[in-house]
Amino acid sequence: MEQLKTIGRELAMGSQGGFGQSKEFLDLVKSIGEARSKAEEDRIVLSEIDILKRKLLEPDIPKRKMKEYIIRLVYIEMLGHDASFGYIHAVKMTHDDNLLLKRTGYLAVTLFLNEDHDLIILIVNTIQKDLRSDNYLVVCAALNAICRLINEETIPAVLPQVVDLLNHHKEAVRKKAIMALHRFHRKSPSSVSHLISNFRKRLCDNDPGVMGATLCPLFDLITEDVASYKDLVSSFVSILKQVTERRLPKSYDYHQMPAPFIQIKLLKIMALLGSGDKSASEIMYMVLGDLFRKCDSSTNIGNAILYECIRSISCIIPSPKLLEAAADAISKFLKSDSHNLKYMGIDGLGRLIKISPDIAEQHQLAVIDCLEDPDDTLKRKTFELLYKMTKSSNVEVIVDRMIDYMISINDNHYKTEIASRCVELAEQFAPSNQWFIQVIMNKVFEHAGDLVNIKVAHNLMRLIAEGFGEDDDDADSKLRLSAVESYLQIMSEPKLPSLFLQVISWVLGEYGTADGKYSASYISGKLCDVADAYSSDETVKGYAVSALMKIYAFEIASGRKVDVLPECQSLIEELLASHSTDLQQRAYELQALLALDARAVESILPLDASCEDIEVDKDLSFLNGYIQQAIESGAQPYISERERSGMLETTDYHSQDHHEVPSHALRFEAYERPKPSSLRTQASTELVPVPEPSYYSEAHQPISTSSVSERESSEIKLRLDGVKQKWGRPSYQSSTSASSTPPQAANGTSSHPDVGVGSSSLKPRSSYESKKPEIDPEKQRLAASLFGGSSSSRSDRKSSSGGHKPAKGTASKPPKENPIPVQPPPDLLDFGEPTATSVTATDPFKELEGLMDSSSQDGGSTDVMGVLYSDAAPVTTTTSVDSLLSELSDSSKGNPGTYQSQTSKGPNSQEALEKDALVRQMGVNPTSQNPTLFKDLLG
Amino acid sequence: MGIRFILMVNKQGQTRLAQYYEWLTLEERRALEGEIVRKCLARNDQQIRFELMFEFLCSYAGVLAGWLALNEQCSFVEHRNYKIVYRRYASLFFMVGVDDDENELAILEFIHLLVETMDKHFGNVCELDIMFHLEKAHFMLEEMVMNGCIVETSKANILSPIQLMDKAH
Repeated sequence: MEQLKTIGRELAMGSQGGFGQSKEFLDLVKSIGEARSKAEEDRIVLSEIDILKRKLLEPDIPKRKMKEYIIRLVYIEMLGHDASFGYIHAVKMTHDDNLLLKRTGYLAVTLFLNEDHDLIILIVNTIQKDLRSDNYLVVCAALNAICRLINEETIPAVLPQVVDLLNHHKEAVRKKAIMALHRFHRKSPSSVSHLISNFRKRLCDNDPGVMGATLCPLFDLITEDVASYKDLVSSFVSILKQVTERRLPKSYDYHQMPAPFIQIKLLKIMALLGSGDKSASEIMYMVLGDLFRKCDSSTNIGNAILYECIRSISCIIPSPKLLEAAADAISKFLKSDSHNLKYMGIDGLGRLIKISPDIAEQHQLAVIDCLEDPDDTLKRKTFELLYKMTKSSNVEVIVDRMIDYMISINDNHYKTEIASRCVELAEQFAPSNQWFIQVIMNKVFEHAGDLVNIKVAHNLMRLIAEGFGEDDDDADSKLRLSAVESYLQIMSEPKLPSLFLQVISWVLGEYGTADGKYSASYISGKLCDVADAYSSDETVKGYAVSALMKIYAFEIASGRKVDVLPECQSLIEELLASHSTDLQQRAYELQALLALDARAVESILPLDASCEDIEVDKDLSFLNGYIQQAIESGAQPYISERERSGMLETTDYHSQDHHEVPSHALRFEAYERPKPSSLRTQASTELVPVPEPSYYSEAHQPISTSSVSERESSEIKLRLDGVKQKWGRPSYQSSTSASSTPPQAANGTSSHPDVGVGSSSLKPRSSYESKKPEIDPEKQRLAASLFGGSSSSRSDRKSSSGGHKPAKGTASKPPKENPIPVQPPPDLLDFGEPTATSVTATDPFKELEGLMDSSSQDGGSTDVMGVLYSDAAPVTTTTSVDSLLSELSDSSKGNPGTYQSQTSKGPNSQEALEKDALVRQMGVNPTSQNPTLFKDLLG
Repeated sequence: MGIRFILMVNKQGQTRLAQYYEWLTLEERRALEGEIVRKCLARNDQQIRFELMFEFLCSYAGVLAGWLALNEQCSFVEHRNYKIVYRRYASLFFMVGVDDDENELAILEFIHLLVETMDKHFGNVCELDIMFHLEKAHFMLEEMVMNGCIVETSKANILSPIQLMDKAH
């Protein structure tokens, strides 16, 4: 079929002289068009690159030919290959006098270059020249380019000219000038802050195109600062009113709808302005009400406007009448056969539900239908809605469904999102701990373990340890037992996520043997299996070893004899020789622990003490007696690190008396090289890895001082480089844990992180709880029936929804207006046979006819409407014209001065020289090509 | 920001026009286009039974007739932080990447307006028209969308500069 068409087109082109395009170009396009695979396409493009590289080097290429080459370059980039070899030719083409060539050049440049590209500097001058052109199309082309190519630095070079063009006699120029200012505002708000009044002024432009374009920057401005634009509320409302009354030229109509895109933009702005503002909202009631009445819900565009109205109403402070109208519109969307409309309906429902929670009631079945729809987009949107309406009464059903869906999809991005939402909802609304652990956490972890935040894991461990803070020990131990049981079951499954295994190991270590149901050897065997099966994951292994240690400690403490399983023994031996110092440390600790007696072990690892606070005595005061004794028997007193830092070099020569007078003598300052040395010391302290005390004290202390002599520091640096190679980062972690906790508190190495995270993660939870909305009992009942409804009988559903349907049907607009499916007769609303309604699907040909009509009507009556519109325009402006004009004259007076100050801000000469050099390197000689090119810009 | 990019891709997944309103490197574009096209085409495959009917109608009535109310699925897809609104006309997919708070239905109609505009200029526009007149298709887009915002929706205004340029040559 396609080939036939190709042939037909080719014939047609032959007769027209091929649109003035060369055979070569036609062949290229044809071969790209006929390429049947990406590989074939790549081959064509690669050979095209070769050809163009050669051709572009030829001298005296005719301009027309050149334009074609440029388009071919565009093709190359569009198909994913680099065409940078030809950028300069596109830049050159922007200098051309011929409009078509110039515009093609600009187009190519905007497609090729980003605003910070070095070649842009070559175009700025051309843009400046073109902005002064008599031909308004040239000016437009330059303004288009400005919107893509000008960055913060180059704004001052074109700003004054753009401002002048705001009053150009051609509306197309004014429109593009406004958009250029819009772009400047986005790039650097301060550059145009004095020109804001121009946007207000252009809102009252005689030309609807300019007015429509002005809404874009105004939308941004109002988003940033609502309060300063409250005075425009009535203007926007009156513009919207005039648009809906068809005061705009007919050429803005789209499918018989007057300027729908302008209407939508206005509605967006009104939503911003009316948000939380009763009086502003009230001004809007009328026009919004009219829109609901007038909008033709049989066309897509009509529905787009209706949807935008719903959005606006959900933002402003609505009247009950408007809310009702919005609810009606939503129910029409939801009842439609079109998936697009259902999607919009679900979205609208999600927005409206915030202000009027009862609205979901009548749509439960529609929502469930959407949830079960095979269309992924619709499903996701529905999940979003459910997420918004989750409460403790329905959380189980909703989260269950979310998890099922999460398991079914592959898209990691969305999987992560759903997983985190599940966790959030579960933490917020979980009806019981049991459910929370068993259903949510285990499932979420099992299927998206690598995607969830590590905090969630720590939260879960804390929860199991603390048992939701209730003082019911019995329930807590039940909870733990059930966790242990479920984990023992899950463990046998292959390929569990690392995070989940960490949680499992920890729980088994703490509570595996707690109530005597499982023997120590059984649990330790399981833990060895984990360490064995995931031998490449050091974190999991670390958790497993610590868990083993706890198991054995509990055994020893309770006076039982410990039989270390052979596989455990071999695991320990393996880890004693591990490359990871962390694992080594843990293994040594375990080995040491096995040799201790019950009393010592009990104080090292007390039973179920994971959530006891560990008091860290930083001053090591418990050693005071020992120190005192040592000093009395002649030992040297401790020197604090700060004092030592000044002393290191000197300790060998000076006696201890000098400590009180830190000898920051001249020599240190003389040798100090501030920046590099401080950098190095930082890096090297981070690297201090080895727990061997002798090396530690020798190496660490000199390095942490900034006052080491140069010779020595370089020596140390060399040594550490070797260490770095060997140990890398993990060793750092182990060294901190080893050094920060005294060896007796070995428990700390495993439970320390949990404690820390646990306390910090408490905060978000409590803030959720305070945010938790009040749930009114009626809604609870409803949701129960709604989401219990997935299992309840059909007749139940009918009766619950039947009550609403007829009432809604009569309250809404007369059904005759909308023959097409959005408003099917009430009988068809039976949710038992949702497919029955699809019979009334939109007639495609009818839609097509409407379309043709609108396009043929375009030409005629433009002028009349134009006159009408320009008559009407002053009405719009009455409110603020006077003040605006005075503001404008002020700002225009201010202009020249600011311009001058800004031009001096341009690129400095150093940069300019560099850029110049670069450009020359690229083979362009600016002076020969365009003598004034650099003059204006670089001074 | 509104519109992030506009893509035209044929049903083999080959790009026919690409316009980005935020800067992406060549590699980023290639990756993005690959992912999006795969996603949209995969959705479309579920509707493959309509394929023949599409082809049949298109051969008689051009691209415009290719859009029928046969869409069983939503014309919207979420992708990373974008929403893609797409619409198929004969062999061509029009895909518009928009921000999350954009009105999807309006964008859907914007695509249609674009196609109508091209139809008005080329007469029964087809994939090849766009391929042979890539720059003109871009010129139309330049008139309609600036800074990622829809700025012009009057077909007469969109086409007049292009017609003036045609006349001059």
